[in-house]
Amino acid sequence: MGEAIVITSGKGGVGKTTTSANIGTALALQGKKVCLVDTDIGLRNLDVVMGLENRIIYDLVDVVEKRCKIHQALVKDKRFDGLLYLLPAAQTVDKSAVTAEQMQELIEELKQDYEFIIIDCPAGIEQGFKNAIAGADQAIVVVTPEVSAVRDADRIIGLLEKEKHMEPPRLIVNRIRNHMMKSGDMLDLDEITQHLSIELVGIVADDEEVIKASNHGEPIALNPNSKASIAYRNIARRILGESIPLQPLEETNKGMFSKLKKFFGVR
Amino acid sequence: MKKRQNVTIKGTKDGLVLHLDDACSYQELKRELDDKLSQTLRAQEEGRIIAVKVEIGNRYLTEDQREELKTLIRQKKNLVVDDIESNVITKEEAKALRAETEVVTVSRIIRSGQVLKVPGDLLLIGDVNPGGEVIAGGNIFIMGTLRGLAHAGCYGNHDAVIAASQLRASQLRISDCLNRGPDHITSNEKHEMECAYINENHQIIIDRLQALIHLRPNLTRLEGGH
Repeated sequence: MGEAIVITSGKGGVGKTTTSANIGTALALQGKKVCLVDTDIGLRNLDVVMGLENRIIYDLVDVVEKRCKIHQALVKDKRFDGLLYLLPAAQTVDKSAVTAEQMQELIEELKQDYEFIIIDCPAGIEQGFKNAIAGADQAIVVVTPEVSAVRDADRIIGLLEKEKHMEPPRLIVNRIRNHMMKSGDMLDLDEITQHLSIELVGIVADDEEVIKASNHGEPIALNPNSKASIAYRNIARRILGESIPLQPLEETNKGMFSKLKKFFGVR
Repeated sequence: MKKRQNVTIKGTKDGLVLHLDDACSYQELKRELDDKLSQTLRAQEEGRIIAVKVEIGNRYLTEDQREELKTLIRQKKNLVVDDIESNVITKEEAKALRAETEVVTVSRIIRSGQVLKVPGDLLLIGDVNPGGEVIAGGNIFIMGTLRGLAHAGCYGNHDAVIAASQLRASQLRISDCLNRGPDHITSNEKHEMECAYINENHQIIIDRLQALIHLRPNLTRLEGGH
């Protein structure tokens, strides 16, 4: 029986899709059988980031409306030997095409065959969000060090905490620019984690390589030399239960590092 | 045997006191009240308006019945009902009364979009994040950081106070007064252990917590003791 993890944020553009793609890829690299589910119906792009767009034949809506079987709609990622699959969202309809019950049923079915189901949630708190969390057991909230993103994340966490079927949500702070944090122009990591007070599962530095990789349809996690890639791989290992200290944002900044490590060790 | 009177009238310097027996039936009481008032009234046909206080002992009257009695008394020209006093209240009223004076303890984080409302005092063990709201009929005590909105004395209690371990509220409301936070808070301002209250000029003032000891001595609920 697999674990379904929803990647959500409330605010748009903080990197939910990129995070979903990379966590999925990193888990597959660890040898886990993973299925990515794009629930952003009408605005799908997880397939683009994964470079699987031109292989889509059926989509999520086709599955819930029983026009095809699940395995027919799943797109296999050739880079992994049968470990990574994608269930793409439909592009021609909108979020109201699916109900929460249908999603729950779908995820339940996928959990039989996969160890991890990574659900990419659309922005907002409407039907699309409700569908995305309906079948999930865990949630990871993605936030960037901006006041607006933190505010929306707070709202989302409040909604997630009300869901009795889910474990307490965990946090990823994405797109950290160390020099801006240090100068106080960006929210400080401590500030964010204290404010949201949920467990931090990883931090990802702002890296141009991530954008480049996404545009080429190759998740950054496949590139072992990038900082962001290591961050995503570490997140995947933490999801698997390993205890890994947070990467230092900068080698010289030991004070920050120990502070983070201390914070991470709290829970 | 002489029948016991169900209605007795007493005159005081503030007006009349009508004592209504609480053992007889309501219909009987009404009839006798009507009789009694008609008799006495003849004696003082004209004159100023007399205030009447009605004591009904251990009888419970519904809102309609109270209105009925008031109308009945009011019909007697120069009488006006000041107050109806009863020793009993319904369970609901009692519960509401208790809720108003009770301190409700809540242990959670009030996040953006969430509203926590209590009829009495609120003791929050946790934070109020920006966009979150806490509302209380009485006082609000927050053992974490208040970054959102707090509204104390929401039913019009001017004496209500708001206290927090860290007071960085976006907006404070007490009764019908409002005060918003500064546009910029520099991080070296601590705002630790502060309280907010309404002063004589009807403005919300922020002070150190200890100021409440003198300003709101009635916050102490301890009875007896040393």
